[in-house]
Amino acid sequence: MSANIQGSAPGQGAVAKPRSSALMDWINARAPRLQRFMREHLTEYYAPKNFNFWYYFGSLALLVLVLQIVTGIFLTMNYKPSATEAFASVEYIMRDVDWGWLIRYMHSTGASAFFIVVYLHMFRGLMYGSYKNPRELVWIFGMLIYVALMAEAFFGYLLPWGNMSYWGAQVIVSLFGAIPGIGDALTEWIRGDYYISDITLNRFFALHVIALPLALVFLVIAHLLALHEVGSNNPDGVDIKKVKGPDGHPVDGIPFHPYYTVKDLVGVVVFAALFSCVLFFAPEMGGYFLEHANFDAADSLKTPENIAPVWYFTPFYAILRAVPNKLLGVILMGVAVVAFFFLPWLDRAKVKSIRYRGWLFKAFLFAFAVSFLALGYLGLQHPTPALTNAARVFSAVYFAFFFLMPWYTRIDPTKPVPDRVTYHAH
Amino acid sequence: MLIKKLAILLAAALPVTGFASSAGGGVIHAAHTDVNNTASLQRGARNFVNYCMGCHSAKYVRYNRMGVDLGLSEQQIIDNLMFTGERPHDTMKISMTADDAKRWFGTTPPDLTLIARSRGTDYVYSFLKSFYVDPSRPTGMNNLVLPGTAMPHVLWELQGYQNAVYEGESDTKSSAVHKTFKEFELAKPGSMTPHEYDEFVRDTVNFLAYIGEPMQIERRNLGLRVLAFLLVFFLLAYFLKKEYWKDVT
Repeated sequence: MSANIQGSAPGQGAVAKPRSSALMDWINARAPRLQRFMREHLTEYYAPKNFNFWYYFGSLALLVLVLQIVTGIFLTMNYKPSATEAFASVEYIMRDVDWGWLIRYMHSTGASAFFIVVYLHMFRGLMYGSYKNPRELVWIFGMLIYVALMAEAFFGYLLPWGNMSYWGAQVIVSLFGAIPGIGDALTEWIRGDYYISDITLNRFFALHVIALPLALVFLVIAHLLALHEVGSNNPDGVDIKKVKGPDGHPVDGIPFHPYYTVKDLVGVVVFAALFSCVLFFAPEMGGYFLEHANFDAADSLKTPENIAPVWYFTPFYAILRAVPNKLLGVILMGVAVVAFFFLPWLDRAKVKSIRYRGWLFKAFLFAFAVSFLALGYLGLQHPTPALTNAARVFSAVYFAFFFLMPWYTRIDPTKPVPDRVTYHAH
Repeated sequence: MLIKKLAILLAAALPVTGFASSAGGGVIHAAHTDVNNTASLQRGARNFVNYCMGCHSAKYVRYNRMGVDLGLSEQQIIDNLMFTGERPHDTMKISMTADDAKRWFGTTPPDLTLIARSRGTDYVYSFLKSFYVDPSRPTGMNNLVLPGTAMPHVLWELQGYQNAVYEGESDTKSSAVHKTFKEFELAKPGSMTPHEYDEFVRDTVNFLAYIGEPMQIERRNLGLRVLAFLLVFFLLAYFLKKEYWKDVT
């Protein structure tokens, strides 16, 4: 039973108004802007009606963020950020805490799921030109979310204090040592010690549970506010605000709520089913989501045979390893991430969507996607000369996508863009 | 050139990456364990406390929780699996200290709670089957899966001693002999037949698989129920969406 929000004692014979409206009236009298906010962002936010499969991943990313925060809160209730206790406290959560295993697996599976949905969300942006004018700021906030997410995942990966946590952190922190002059001092400053130690674990814990989640939430809000200012792009890359009906709303737009909330609900259920398949039947995902070496406690004297970061970092790790010079490798790895920020200005095409672009862009985007996946695979493997050469080829393709973009997007023959979106009611 | 690279890439993609990197050169056999086989887990628990726990702890495993999962009463655990005055809610620790172990064996025997998760059941199963006579080692025994292991062949009474038989291939140029492992040959039989020994090891490894993740049976059962719920939820959500979207033209 719901609480009696009017505060009147039951049985007095008062005819109550429908409760929700009475509550809404009470709130509106005190905070009228709240209702305006709901209208602007949900019930009167007009989104193009032709969203396809690729448009599920934005709301799913938000869902996973909430999932990670909620499960993270429960994990911190039993986790101990101490070098002597961390590993044992994770096993305590897995064995002795009621439903602890479920919460922990949700969090560990959620980390990989986060990157899967974010990579698909970003690829959507590439395909339909969602980064192009006027959505540059939306794209930049999105990229900042991605960078914060990478930091969040990196700090979180040390916390179980397994041997791969330890050595993975060791390798990644040591990358900063490649910076000339300040490198060694910088790595010492990051670790707070001469090696990865209890001190490092404590500060990574602080960054993982407070600093970066806070940054992520604020960036997500900025991302959405910036989006709702200019409106959503769509698979046709058509500006729906150009054609408005007599009511002043875009003819091809529909209110986000209820239309896209009910549609996204279907996506959420499908996602939850796939997520559950991993969570309940393969939580280690063959060693890709939870690495085998991480079931050994951190040991500063025993290096795992093949130190590889978790799969979502391996495309960049493969680029790093493909370069013989460490400093140059670190720089290129950084460029591989930073290049995304410049997409709005690298892309000179007149049209947004891949549907109306020519074969050149399609070929480059396809080659880029293939090389990203191939680098991800190569980054997981033990390097051999042949694999390193393959990584070099794919790295070259990866960077060609960005650096040749001003050229191929300018000369690429485009098709005429229609005035209205393509939509077939079903 | 590109085709060659792609071919290399495809060839590299073929073998399933898994536990292969942790093998030390011996033959890895499939363990064929089944954590749903409670009788096997009970035998494995008996084997573990009798043969492994002299040196190896399972320090995250509680006796009483294990009893519940293995269908044993508290009295049965106390009578059959607990020998040194522990209480049922204690974890499976051992009295040998890490320092003593280091002095006696040169290394501390690892805790085995998570060994099945870090190395895999096939690895542990094969390891326990791959001890062979090697007089150059301090214990007189070596292991093909983990060469130079400090662990003595504690199961020798059961398995007996086996020799490693190699196939020699002499290289005429360098007069070096490349030996490849062919098979094990039983030099001195133990109290068990090879088949009985395999079953003994399988039960023990099955127990290790269980203690690595005690909730795994519960996890899979819950997963089926969650998926069944989501299927119903999907139908509701799908038809709700259809209904709402009727007016989008």
